[in-house]
Amino acid sequence: MSQAIQTPEATQEARQAADEPLAPRRSALAEFWSYFRQSRGAVIGMAVFIAICLVAIFADVLAPHSAIEQNREALLTPPFWQEGGSTEYLLGTDAIGRDILSRLIHGSRYSLAIGCVVVLLSLLIGIFIGLLSGFFGGTADAVVMRLMDVILAFPSLLLALTLVAILGPNLTNVMIAIALTQQPHYVRLTRAAVLAEKRRDYVTAARVSGVRTPRLMLVTILPNCAAPLIVQAALSFSTAILDAAALGFLGLGAQPPTPEWGTMLAESREFILRAWWVVTFPGLAILITVLAINLMGDGIRDATDPRLKIG
Amino acid sequence: MDSVVLQAENLSRRYAVRSGLRTETLHAVREVSFSLKSGRTLAVVGESGCGKSTLARMVTMIEHPDAGALTIGDTNLMTATAAQRRTLRSQVQIVFQNPYGSLNPRQKIFAALEEPLRYRDDISASERRKRATEMLAQVGLRPEHGDRYPHMFSGGQRQRIAIARALMPEPQILVLDEPVSALDVSVQAQVLNLLADLRKQFSLAYLFISHDLSVVRHIADEVLVMYMGRVQEQADKHTLFDNPRHPYTRALLSATPNPDPAVREDKRRILLKGETPSPMAPPSGCTFHPRCPLAFARCSGESPVLLEQTQQGGQGQATEAVQAPQSTQSTQTPQGGQEQAPQAPQAPQTGTGMASHAVACHAVEESR
Repeated sequence: MSQAIQTPEATQEARQAADEPLAPRRSALAEFWSYFRQSRGAVIGMAVFIAICLVAIFADVLAPHSAIEQNREALLTPPFWQEGGSTEYLLGTDAIGRDILSRLIHGSRYSLAIGCVVVLLSLLIGIFIGLLSGFFGGTADAVVMRLMDVILAFPSLLLALTLVAILGPNLTNVMIAIALTQQPHYVRLTRAAVLAEKRRDYVTAARVSGVRTPRLMLVTILPNCAAPLIVQAALSFSTAILDAAALGFLGLGAQPPTPEWGTMLAESREFILRAWWVVTFPGLAILITVLAINLMGDGIRDATDPRLKIG
Repeated sequence: MDSVVLQAENLSRRYAVRSGLRTETLHAVREVSFSLKSGRTLAVVGESGCGKSTLARMVTMIEHPDAGALTIGDTNLMTATAAQRRTLRSQVQIVFQNPYGSLNPRQKIFAALEEPLRYRDDISASERRKRATEMLAQVGLRPEHGDRYPHMFSGGQRQRIAIARALMPEPQILVLDEPVSALDVSVQAQVLNLLADLRKQFSLAYLFISHDLSVVRHIADEVLVMYMGRVQEQADKHTLFDNPRHPYTRALLSATPNPDPAVREDKRRILLKGETPSPMAPPSGCTFHPRCPLAFARCSGESPVLLEQTQQGGQGQATEAVQAPQSTQSTQTPQGGQEQAPQAPQAPQTGTGMASHAVACHAVEESR
């Protein structure tokens, strides 16, 4: 390996090796990280996301109060830095005297769960249908795509609403309903990418060298279709949280007193002029989470696409 | 050494092309026959759309011929079972024209090289890696290149990797679909020399698809000239280049730039009239007749048959007979007599070639 170092090409490699620890068999994870950390936004996004995950895990320890306990003495207390606020309730209380900080901390569990489950579910359904449809084509493909068009033609919230009404209003059904309304996007994205990739020479070359159809679909083609799917997943993570919030607002999502962020936002809309903190903090929590996930999604896409790596 | 590893007889391939409401048939390849011998290179030349690549895809089992027989080793592919086809897969490998599209961008070089061996139970993972490393050395790359991604390589290096991957399953036949036409001229020679070395070393049979005649002259043993899906002329390299019979072959050869000014001066280009006709509506009779400088009544009526040329006796005469109408018709050759002068001394040289020389042309046929 270390012979003929004198050539100019070899010295250039040595310089590259100094930049990044290019051990011959570096693990895939280490390699991913060395590319991922080159984007500052992605690293910040990931840090925030990890922080939110930790908050969700240790909610019971971190929260100063119970999420559902009401304190009649302290209704609509402002945050501690405002006049009338106290350090007892750092971010103030809502209309029935529940600590907003504690509710936000506990609510992170619901929001993350909704986002993760919905994205995973719709991603799995979407990739499965899209891959088969794009790879084999034909009549089945045409039928599936028209079906997806029908689903896309409905306003997604209306469709989710109908599904929840049929399945019954609780958080699990909300997640299933939102996943079903979101999966056509994944089906279309996957199918389009598969159609483009399967005509490329490297797919033919893999087939000629004896790669069987399942491996050809999953190992050869699918990773090359990942870029748009990762971006769509990151974006729909936030849509899922917002849709769940909308359903909660209509009384079909998380049921009170569940401290789900979207439901909190909906519950407090009447105080938007009197007590800004009741509306602002759940909104900020959603905003920060969504932003962090989007930044992280972009970073993951860039780091997993070898064409964007510094070669 | 000279054993036949692949035999193709009357291979044909049609495509159904939808235009509006009608479905038309496109005959991409018609009744093409040839055989490949180990250690030899058969070049297929012709302009774009003449069916070269379809032929390559049929030989590589990417596409199934509609008619004809294709025998690889002892197995007839047309009647082979799925299991037989699977084992035959490793016998024929392909190198594509564009090295930027033929390597999976997400696969490291080692993974790409080892992939064909994954299905062989008798080869362990460490053995796979060993063979991949050896193969990298064979094509002139270093072992550490195996841990990189395709985008880190230049076009020439990528083509070397593509060749290495094609050789990993230890094939007997390598189909090279314009392997150097996407490369810089400086790199072309390196890759061609590499291919020549590998052919000798592994006693491979090459099916070399190209439109570049100077490349063909460098690497081929035998040449097959195709036009609109049909074989027009078939001969060993020296016969074909020194004594082309078919008017289309002559036009092709005259279009090749020659760096030697002495040769260039007395070689006039034969310019063909018009454009390649649509393959959906090929001309009647000989598909070349609308553009052929030698065409006469019979050409538009019936399709010429590929006929063996007799090597002795009448050969020189035939050459003159074919050339005479050409020089009178062509405005580019005002002095017809001078044109034959450089060819005369070459004629006896080609006579020594033992390989068959077949031409599909009425004019050549009648001049015999």
